[in-house]
Amino acid sequence: MTNADLTRLSAAQLADRLAAGDVSSVDATQAHLDRIAAVDDAVHAFLHVSAEEALATAREVDDRRARGEEVHALAGVPIAVKDVVVTKGLPTTAGSRILEGWVPPYDATLVERIKAAGLPILGKTNMDEFAMGSSTEHSAYGDTHNPWDLDRIPGGSGGGSAAAVAAYEAPLAIGTDTGGSIRQPAAVTGTVGVKPTYGSVSRYGLIALASSLDQAGPVTRTVLDSALLHELIGGHDPRDSTSIPEPLPSLVEAARAGASGDLTGLRVGIVTELQGEGYQAGVLARFHESLELLQQAGATLVEVSCPHFTYALAAYYLILPAEASSNLAKFDGMRFGLRVEPAQGPATAERVMAATRGQGFGDEVKRRIILGTYALSAGYYDAYYGSAQKVRTLIQRDFAAAFAQADVLVSPTAPTTAFKLGEKLDDPLAMYLNDVATIPANLAGVPGLSLPSGLSDDGLPAGFQILAPAKADDRLYRVGAALEALLEQSWEGPLLAKAPELEVAR
Amino acid sequence: MTSPTTTDLVDYDDAVARFDPVLGIEVHVELGTRTKMFDGAPAGFGEEPNTSVTPVSLGLPGSLPVVNGTAVEYAIRIGLALNCEIAQSCRFARKNYFYPDVPKNFQTSQYDEPIAHDGWVDVELEDGTTFRVEIERAHMEEDAGKNTHVGGATGRIHGAEYSLVDYNRAGIPLVEIVTRPITGAGDRAPEVARAYVQTLRDLFRALEVSEARMERGNVRADVNVSLRPTPDSPLGTRTETKNVNSFRSVERAVRYEISRQAAVLDAGGTVVQETRHWHEDTGTTTSGRIKSDAEDYRYFPEPDLVPIAPDRAWVEEIRAALPELPAARRRRLQGEWGYADAEMRDVVNAGAVELIEATTAAGASPTAARKWWMGELARTAKQQEVELADLPITPAQIGQLQGLVDSGRINDKLARQVLEGVLAGEGDPEAVVQARGLEVVSDDGPLLAAIDDALAAQPDIAEKIRGGNLGPVGAIIGAVMKATRGQADAARVRELVLERVQG
Repeated sequence: MTNADLTRLSAAQLADRLAAGDVSSVDATQAHLDRIAAVDDAVHAFLHVSAEEALATAREVDDRRARGEEVHALAGVPIAVKDVVVTKGLPTTAGSRILEGWVPPYDATLVERIKAAGLPILGKTNMDEFAMGSSTEHSAYGDTHNPWDLDRIPGGSGGGSAAAVAAYEAPLAIGTDTGGSIRQPAAVTGTVGVKPTYGSVSRYGLIALASSLDQAGPVTRTVLDSALLHELIGGHDPRDSTSIPEPLPSLVEAARAGASGDLTGLRVGIVTELQGEGYQAGVLARFHESLELLQQAGATLVEVSCPHFTYALAAYYLILPAEASSNLAKFDGMRFGLRVEPAQGPATAERVMAATRGQGFGDEVKRRIILGTYALSAGYYDAYYGSAQKVRTLIQRDFAAAFAQADVLVSPTAPTTAFKLGEKLDDPLAMYLNDVATIPANLAGVPGLSLPSGLSDDGLPAGFQILAPAKADDRLYRVGAALEALLEQSWEGPLLAKAPELEVAR
Repeated sequence: MTSPTTTDLVDYDDAVARFDPVLGIEVHVELGTRTKMFDGAPAGFGEEPNTSVTPVSLGLPGSLPVVNGTAVEYAIRIGLALNCEIAQSCRFARKNYFYPDVPKNFQTSQYDEPIAHDGWVDVELEDGTTFRVEIERAHMEEDAGKNTHVGGATGRIHGAEYSLVDYNRAGIPLVEIVTRPITGAGDRAPEVARAYVQTLRDLFRALEVSEARMERGNVRADVNVSLRPTPDSPLGTRTETKNVNSFRSVERAVRYEISRQAAVLDAGGTVVQETRHWHEDTGTTTSGRIKSDAEDYRYFPEPDLVPIAPDRAWVEEIRAALPELPAARRRRLQGEWGYADAEMRDVVNAGAVELIEATTAAGASPTAARKWWMGELARTAKQQEVELADLPITPAQIGQLQGLVDSGRINDKLARQVLEGVLAGEGDPEAVVQARGLEVVSDDGPLLAAIDDALAAQPDIAEKIRGGNLGPVGAIIGAVMKATRGQADAARVRELVLERVQG
């Protein structure tokens, strides 16, 4: 097999070949490193490429296999990790100047699991600074470009991970999703992304944006690959107090079962509030076609109303900034990362903190810190943070009522396809609206999956979102795999095959 | 100037005659858990700076807290011993403020949901009466790191060239105990404050939740004081004197603040609500930062931690396993030892209960043990201005010393010399006796020689004794004792003198 062929395989396919001994992990890893070298100048999915470390892991896995040792199913399959996840010995910036040059002395739990399973880590992927954004344009280290159209955004905040997978630079990537940062980039790059149930993947080692909303999850090209990666990184972690102690039902089995395409008896709830005004016509058209396929596969469609979803965005933009303003307080130049001394006057701790934060944080981060600080202030707390938490409870109740009528809920993942770089940069509210359909899941802690539903009228990918009750992540995979199979039948192959070939640097 | 100089004080007795003092005391105790409040770093003392740390206690990006179950148990023990209710469910909150010794720039603390609330504790005063202090709450939190300001004259941040931060202490579990306003103490307010803090210290030790060593800062008190014209008046403006770290200082600080605030009020001024610093050397407080409404910690529930809901059965298990508390123990020991009330009170006030208990365990009688600790040793401690327990002598050594007396190997006079030797670091009593050759001379030979010498040296006295006048026999005994450097048994010497003269 040529290097190019190796990068086109899904993670599951590559894993099979590695297990069969058809290819080595070193070759597979090198193929992806070559691909990164060839296309990443144009895509800029990576902030840091760890070629040596990745190849060392690959060699080790190849050796273990050669010795006949039992290894993890994904052992030797390379992976990219969003730069918000701390990696021992690899620079971790969260897309911010304030962490430039910081090399963590420890691994996130999910990174420990990836390393223990022997997946070579190709590098760290670009993102909006501290995961604040929907376009990756808020990265302090430059834009990531959508492989479908390099003039367009790859979504955000995890645009780097989605673009890396879409551009065949990695078969697997880790994302984090606080309000849609896995699912929305997946939607606009034609890839698959999953936000697991809150508490099902350890947050230990994720640089926190909003602690009560953050969740790490898989970014892949197929539903099965997401299930494989989700199972690897999930499970209880005593270092995360919000981690769910009990194991979830098998996700890989659900994905394999779903791929048969039979959804008889499944009740699919269409959320009234997550369609219509503000949604691009082509996005809605692909959504409805997918619904028809689900129906053909035996599912029953029901219309469900979640009236408080209308307030989700407003509540989210109080809760997130409030938590973020506190989580980001530790970036002060005292212990790690950037340290800026004031240009004039004494370098007191207070003034160094102010100068460091003034210079180290970008505008969007400052905007949200100011918002959050305000929302938590004495006299405003009840009106803002308090009210937002009440809305959150109402949204959780909406979900509970909806899941009484339906096994899964569905919507378009994002209202539009990828917009042009720069188009919404000066309009924060327009930017925030990208996450209108994804945010409710974070507020309620329920899992959500996005998979490609086809190309919109502008020839760009649209996403289909599936939501399930907390701890029922397996339903996402069953339904997602079924829909994926039906859609790929209609497309005669994966959607990404329709993406234009990237010009390869020589 | 809002703070008067020491000359602007109202005489204490005058102040409490005209004003009613109200106290509020916050006591922080560092729990003696093996690891920190929210991570696995060892919670030790005296390690190299910044070695007892993990990513969590350094507040590194990505790190998350996990509650220490033992700390929760200790907090519940404290709550139960203070007759508090234990919350069915409670949460941690974040107290947000920027300071380099707070690694996350917020302190994880309990705010509106303490683990224990609404309790009381009876405090015994020196005159034997008890005073009930009502407890508002006891809550869990984490300690901050320790700043060292280098280069300034005062050791404070002002004027320092640079500051060092040691995060070993950051994250050590604390329980903060907050009283309700303490009213009705009147002129005894300073004593009540001291006795309260001492009662808590004893409680922490009895509960085995902390070594509770004041000098190490294991127990720290913040003392709020306000004055009002009469007990019926509304509460006056309070000041908070921070980090008063010995019993004596607690008493002095309250006394000082009463005199100072009285002077401010007498002068027609108003007491400023502020934090004040206590100065051990001058016995005064000075103005710290002004507490205003502008100080906003932006408390909100800590989203990284799930609520703590102590199982009721567990709470009852802890209650059942509570050790005997200090007040009950004192009553029991007084009975066992047969001390009079006044004797027991002196022992308690001198901090000698544990010492006497250990001394009796080492074999001495309660009477003998009390004689040593409350006599010779209490005088020595007073001279050296140290606590009894800090004298370089152990109860076991006192037990051994008394054993030597009881067996007749040394007499009381020699025992005092032996004690001196032990305090001087010459080793155990047995070793001091050997080294100094202090044993009672029980062999008659050397005594007879000394007696003969004495009689020969004072022939007139010898003559009188021979004549049947036993009055001056003491002079001979004295001479013999002197000659034997006190090592003779005086009664035996007397017998021998009489035998010699009359036999």
